[in-house]
Amino acid sequence: MQTKRIVVTGIGALTPIGNNVETYWNNLINGVSGADMITQFDASKFKTRFACEIKGFDPTEFMDRKEARKLDRFAQIALVASDQAVLDAGITKENVDHDRVGVIFASGIGGLTTFTEEVTNFVHGDGTPRFNPFFIPKMILDIAAGQISMKHGFRGPNYAVVSACASSTNAIISAMDNLKLGKADIIITGGSEAVIGIAGMGGFNAMKAMSERNDDPKTASRPYDKDRDGFIMGEASGVLVLEELEHAIRRGAKIYCEVVGGGATADAYHLTAPHPEGLGARNVMNAALRDAGMQANEIDYINTHGTSTPLGDIAEAKAITEVFGEHAYHLNISATKSMTGHCLGAAGVIEAIACIQTVIHDIIPPTINHFTDDPDLDPRLNFTFNKAQKRVVNAALSNTFGFGGHNACVIVKKYKA
Amino acid sequence: MSDIAIRVKKIIVDKLGVDEAEVTNEASFTNDLGADSLDTVELIMEFEKEFNISIPDEQAETITTVGQAVAYLEEHAK
Repeated sequence: MQTKRIVVTGIGALTPIGNNVETYWNNLINGVSGADMITQFDASKFKTRFACEIKGFDPTEFMDRKEARKLDRFAQIALVASDQAVLDAGITKENVDHDRVGVIFASGIGGLTTFTEEVTNFVHGDGTPRFNPFFIPKMILDIAAGQISMKHGFRGPNYAVVSACASSTNAIISAMDNLKLGKADIIITGGSEAVIGIAGMGGFNAMKAMSERNDDPKTASRPYDKDRDGFIMGEASGVLVLEELEHAIRRGAKIYCEVVGGGATADAYHLTAPHPEGLGARNVMNAALRDAGMQANEIDYINTHGTSTPLGDIAEAKAITEVFGEHAYHLNISATKSMTGHCLGAAGVIEAIACIQTVIHDIIPPTINHFTDDPDLDPRLNFTFNKAQKRVVNAALSNTFGFGGHNACVIVKKYKA
Repeated sequence: MSDIAIRVKKIIVDKLGVDEAEVTNEASFTNDLGADSLDTVELIMEFEKEFNISIPDEQAETITTVGQAVAYLEEHAK
């Protein structure tokens, strides 16, 4: 079956290393860490007291105070990033039928901070329920998709996608599939996450999933380094405007690249630990390659899930050598979480954006903070340690894996008419 | 303007993001001040908090203008 081709025509991002796509990309290729001590709450009694926060974000620069108050931070940053992407794509009421524009948008957790505040207020009261009427519509994680549609009047398919840290990759795949099937002409997709608060930090700390390198936050995220000790919490929102190719050409849109395939699998193994042989990861990369109709040796760059956890990094590297065989040693591989931290439900899309930029600019962002080789990793793999590398990138693949054993993978490619 | 009226109007300006001049006694929360049904619930909650009283739902439903809110609170606030 000849299906429709899908292209990227707009991009927006708020990340720990830049509040727009250009700054984000420049900092990625310059190896800038977004980690620092937490400013959003008093973390002095927490095991981990640092994170990769978005810097200098004031919602009232983008919306009035009344609107900002009704939005959890995750939805505020989703609106701002989607505004950037919609503007970038040049979508107007005149050139696009808004009944044919969808929003499929992810978050791993949603408004956890709103939930925490409301329940804390109740617990500190006399037992009388005085919940704010905006509590639920601020917290539910589909509200970002709803808010984006209301802001712009997009009346096509609209829902959220959830698969923990794989969420926004699954959203991109879902958007691509909807477009391939002709259910919309354009879909605004991506994801948003902002849970740097007592519940988010306390919860992940309790799982022993996060780095506790409080004395040196900027080098804490060190994927593939022998001394890595867990992920660094990040927050971000990333947005892609995906569009059916013929539609994009008809309205004269600029085309960044093509999204050629996606895959989704499960480990079916453990709540949080990856399959030790990287089974789900191997299957998902193969599924994405099949979906794209590509051979493994056509991939130039892999942006790995690479969270800097002891087990996860090894399992994924094993899966790469199995899927790519001899070609694995000719790939560039990097874990940009070394700079952005792990932005959970937004990780997939901001890493897809990194892949899109490699395809556009032919530069590979580094895996920073490499000090000591890990003897359990194949030394022939090129993890692009510490410095960006120039390389022609025809196609790039992005992996993301989520607690629950969800795996998702998407492939982008240089656009050729 | 009574102290209660001043405090009521301050809450309305803050929560609904409107100009003080718009907050006249006759102004309706929904028709004139741009409030939706959730905004009005929130306003009533803010009045309860500010004046440390509990406004029963059936009473709350009759408070639809600034003047009605001031009158109710002047009568019931401790």
